[in-house]
Amino acid sequence: MTESAITGTKTTVRTYKDYARPLWRRLIISREAAVIGGLILVLIVANSTVVNFGTPITFYYLLLDVLPILLIALPMTLIIITGEIDLSVASTMGLSSVVLGTLHQGGMPLELAALVALVVGAIAGAINGFLITVVGLPSLAVTIGTLALYRGLAVGLLGTTAVTEFTKSWKDFVKSKIGDTQIPTVILIFIVLAIAFAILLHFTPFGRGIFALGLNDEAAKFSGINVERTKFILFMLSGVISALAGIYYTLRFGTARGDNATGLELSVIAAVLLGGVSIFGGRGALHGVIAGVLLIGALGSALRLASITSDVINIITGTLLVLSVVSTSFLAWLHNKRTKPGGKKTLSQAAKS
Amino acid sequence: MTTTTQPSTPIGTGTPGTTGSGFLRGLGNFARARETAILLALVIVIAIATIKNPNFVFSNDGFRNLLLTPSIIMLMAVGQAVVIITRNVDLSVGSTLGLTAYLTGRLFIDFPGIPIIVVFIAGVAFGAFLGLINGALIAFAKVPALVITLGTLYAYRGINVLWTGSDRINASDMPKPFLALGTQTFLYIPVLTIIAVVVLIAAGWYLRNLRGGRELYAIGSDPSAANLYGLKVTQRVLVAFVVCGALAGLAGVLFSARYGTVNSQAGSGYELQAVGAAVIGGVAIFGGSGSVWGAAIGAYLLLTINRALPILGVQDFWQQAVVGVLIIGAIVLDRVLAIRTARKLVEARDK
Repeated sequence: MTESAITGTKTTVRTYKDYARPLWRRLIISREAAVIGGLILVLIVANSTVVNFGTPITFYYLLLDVLPILLIALPMTLIIITGEIDLSVASTMGLSSVVLGTLHQGGMPLELAALVALVVGAIAGAINGFLITVVGLPSLAVTIGTLALYRGLAVGLLGTTAVTEFTKSWKDFVKSKIGDTQIPTVILIFIVLAIAFAILLHFTPFGRGIFALGLNDEAAKFSGINVERTKFILFMLSGVISALAGIYYTLRFGTARGDNATGLELSVIAAVLLGGVSIFGGRGALHGVIAGVLLIGALGSALRLASITSDVINIITGTLLVLSVVSTSFLAWLHNKRTKPGGKKTLSQAAKS
Repeated sequence: MTTTTQPSTPIGTGTPGTTGSGFLRGLGNFARARETAILLALVIVIAIATIKNPNFVFSNDGFRNLLLTPSIIMLMAVGQAVVIITRNVDLSVGSTLGLTAYLTGRLFIDFPGIPIIVVFIAGVAFGAFLGLINGALIAFAKVPALVITLGTLYAYRGINVLWTGSDRINASDMPKPFLALGTQTFLYIPVLTIIAVVVLIAAGWYLRNLRGGRELYAIGSDPSAANLYGLKVTQRVLVAFVVCGALAGLAGVLFSARYGTVNSQAGSGYELQAVGAAVIGGVAIFGGSGSVWGAAIGAYLLLTINRALPILGVQDFWQQAVVGVLIIGAIVLDRVLAIRTARKLVEARDK
């Protein structure tokens, strides 16, 4: 898909391949639709074969479990679309959790401590953004470094101790449900953020700029997009949202520890890529990503209920991830093969090769 | 392309012939300084720790641990460096290590009396096979290594958990001579270190002197240019991943010899240490520059600092933060050096 979009801009004849097909085909035959289809399939199969899967309480816990991944997947999607990556999100979560815990233990009210934790997250994101945009370092290397650094600070601040005393009303709020339904209240936070991010990515000039600089940042720069500022803002957003996820994580499990949420960055990235975002940048949509997160979460929850060891989910996550990217390449290759000899598509194909 | 560790500035090829070999030699010296800097940092860390506590070096155990502890990560860092030089990355090495470590124990349990050398070969071959899966997916499907190896990181670990379950290999399951390898020394040098250094020298020599090694740098500098030039990019990248997998496999065998117990989480998180060691050692994450020597010294620095911190009175909780600062410091340093080189090259051109 990335390639076809590039081809569209490179050819002298202006053909926008994505719009060459009618709307319904574009909507149905896409990566996002495939992921959503996969999610529905998993839900139907699990509902009919796994005992107790179809109960509201399962979905309640499912949503509580995947919420941190859902939250962080939002900024991560935008970052990966620009062609960068942020591996430090789980460490930022841990850091914000520890900041919240330490300050609260020191007598600060929870609300204020949470605010400070968010600011710390913003600073953590800003440090990433500074190193990547101002100093000009590759984001992969920078965030591997800050992955260790932020986790190290978190572990260093609290050591092996844990803070477990938190205001009860807030702990209850995190686990509360909307009215009589089994839908967790905190999911509303996600819905608001998801709408905000979807508008930001898909319906604003800023969002179009994100796609443009993912496809070709030099061309984006020349067309008037402030590449550095865009990336800096995204990394800061990622820091803030990670800190928010860290606060949620702390309150949900009622404990602030240095090693909270270790390794979560890989789950987030796996879900984002599964949701159809291209690691090369320039392609992806939020509904696919959300479906991707839910797909992995639902699979895990169904397998746990079917008392298959919860680690089988690792194999499935990994295989899904590999299959999803390999299938894209394979389909592109097949498409290439099919349309290459003669035919009306030769022009754009020639430009590609 | 004549120096091992040419920084990835494309200007190098465009310099006028008049400044010729002297200039290139200067560049070579400069590049060597990158590894020298890391080595210097390592020596300083060891010196300070030794002044604080002479036992850090001047005791049998201290000296042995100094050499022994980093050997396993060093092997993985060497493999990782080979892959990163081709502008790829292998995140699955920790999981590969876990699988081969468990395989090692399994072989000793299921085939009592199996020769140790066979176990070594099996471990390396299995690691190479896992690397081959990575390499084949990446090289043939033309998918970014980051995604594929992230996937196989999960998949291999999942297979490991499925295979191991809550089972665990204990020291009593493995023959004494094999376990002795983990602590044995030869002329005061631990056997594991000797194995790691031999591998390091072989890899360093290959990358420096042989055509295949030089081509890895060419591919990492500019994959499409390498392809247009007629290099077998697919094949070389595949080999790089097989080598990386094989070294992780070897590290897995050594892991079980060194620690004696293997559970399903053996080696988890090692991938970041291996990548971190390579980056600290000056291997550019975008390929085409760096050396396995640097990566190996990076691994030593990383783990030696970890051991030195408690001696210096820093609580060992802060170790990871120091590692992070080191990684960031190393890449910032590389960036500054690269900018300076570029400026010098431009000056040389304009003269």
